Amino acid sequence: MTAPKASVLPALTGDARSEPAVLLAGAGLRYGQRVLWDALDLTVRPGEFIAVLGPNGSGKTSLLRVLLGLQPLTSGTVRVAGSAPGAGNRHIGYIPQQRVLDPAVALRGRDLVGFGLDGHRWGIGLRDRRARRQTVAAALQAVGATHYADNPVGRLSGGEQQRLRVAQALVGDPDVLLCDEPLLSLDLAHQRAVSDLIDERRRTAGTAVLFVTHEINPVLPLVDRVLYLVDGRFMIGTPAEVMTSETLSALYRTRVDVVRVRDQIVVVGAADRGDCEHPHHVSGT
Amino acid sequence: MGTLFDFNQAVQLLSRGFVQTALLAGAVLGLVAGVLAPLIVARNMAFSVHATAEIAFSGGAAALLLGISVGYGALGAAVIIAIVLGLLSRRDTERDSVIGVLLAFGLGVGVLLLSMYTGRSSNKFGLLVGQIVGVDSMSLALLVGSSIVVLVVLAMIYRPLRFASVDREVAVARGVPDAWLTVVFAVLVGVATALGVQTVGSLLVMSLMITPGAAANRVTANPLLATVLSVVFAEVAILGGIVLSLPTSVPVSPFVTAISFVIYLVCRAVGTARVTPALAVRT
Repeated sequence: MTAPKASVLPALTGDARSEPAVLLAGAGLRYGQRVLWDALDLTVRPGEFIAVLGPNGSGKTSLLRVLLGLQPLTSGTVRVAGSAPGAGNRHIGYIPQQRVLDPAVALRGRDLVGFGLDGHRWGIGLRDRRARRQTVAAALQAVGATHYADNPVGRLSGGEQQRLRVAQALVGDPDVLLCDEPLLSLDLAHQRAVSDLIDERRRTAGTAVLFVTHEINPVLPLVDRVLYLVDGRFMIGTPAEVMTSETLSALYRTRVDVVRVRDQIVVVGAADRGDCEHPHHVSGT
Repeated sequence: MGTLFDFNQAVQLLSRGFVQTALLAGAVLGLVAGVLAPLIVARNMAFSVHATAEIAFSGGAAALLLGISVGYGALGAAVIIAIVLGLLSRRDTERDSVIGVLLAFGLGVGVLLLSMYTGRSSNKFGLLVGQIVGVDSMSLALLVGSSIVVLVVLAMIYRPLRFASVDREVAVARGVPDAWLTVVFAVLVGVATALGVQTVGSLLVMSLMITPGAAANRVTANPLLATVLSVVFAEVAILGGIVLSLPTSVPVSPFVTAISFVIYLVCRAVGTARVTPALAVRT
């Protein structure tokens, strides 16, 4: 499981992976008169790390909702992990943004991760308890959460909760990992830890990653391609292609300056590029 | 009766058929309420349980007036209101006020129906505070049958229901049908509440449907242990309440609620004592 990406991927390119991890063809989404995006073509290969950037309301979270089958496209087609969206959700891992869990809720870290394995299945779950326990324990260990796995989740720090979220998303062995601002409100050390865990997963298991964020710098070294959405316009390419003054100025239709300072990208002049004032949740219906 | 509690008399009463029926009914109700309670607490449904109980009371009053079994009246009204409450979105800001509106109106209708009833007044009182020693074999059959249905349906939806109850956003992303699970669970709670109305009465059904779950959640984060504790707490409250009330003329409910409340206070104290040192270390 620790072999480099190049040697692992061909072995994984079997039946399940013969298709791209995510395929959007001529995809459009509009709410009434408002076009979020249109004619979007995107093919995500297994193991690829795609950062989805753009201002608030540009349809980043809606894109994830489409891939999860919670929101139908207005036009075009979409396939996720070889299935229609919604049908293949057990092949998808989902990491929401960190938010405070109710401290009083009777739930341990171990239970939160277990939900990611079989929480969507009917019944009580009495069969194969031993195998299940081992799978959950392995997922907890992989994110270094073993020592607080039995604590109530509501009393853990934001960084600890987000590690559990990564384990929860990965325990089901997903082909596609959808992340909605998973680093929001984490400190730098935890941002680094969480993004490294996600990176390791896609390198060792060939899981494709769609990473919605308003801030590319914490994941910049990991990003293969950027999907940048602004007001119905979009651009897809490597960070070097997209994160330029020319491209972003064209997208925003105003003067935007992209400056590289050491290994960081600073964008000046892009309206509403800053903090997410209204964090969106995928569950909003 | 010289003392409040006469031990010999209680033992004597325990051998009576109607007391054994009451204990059996109490045990069944304690099991169902105990299993449901942690989920009710996790889903913040205390107020809607309260409303369901009051509406079940009105249904029982209607049944009295019509001359049919109180149990069926309570059950019918509780299921209807449970569906209505289940259809209200969990995140709807209006949810609590809508429940309050329905509760007030439903209770008003119940009082009107009761005032029109000219039969035995103990029947009226029983709806409010319970008359478990009056459970006959027919209502026992209804109680056991409904309880089995509730537990079987709950077992089928238990895993996704718990997932959606404590981690809704990810559950929905994983394809859990939260919207209709909410309705199904509300109906299960409605049925259980209607059963509780017959035994501990509509005013006090919360001491069985909510308090055991709230108490268990204070002392453990382990979901299985929380459910087991909740059932034990509910059984202790209902069975203890029945036994203690036997040699007195006091209804069952004050005993049930008192035991339930004491258990809750103890669990709160234990939970707080456990958390405080841990927090001190972390800060």
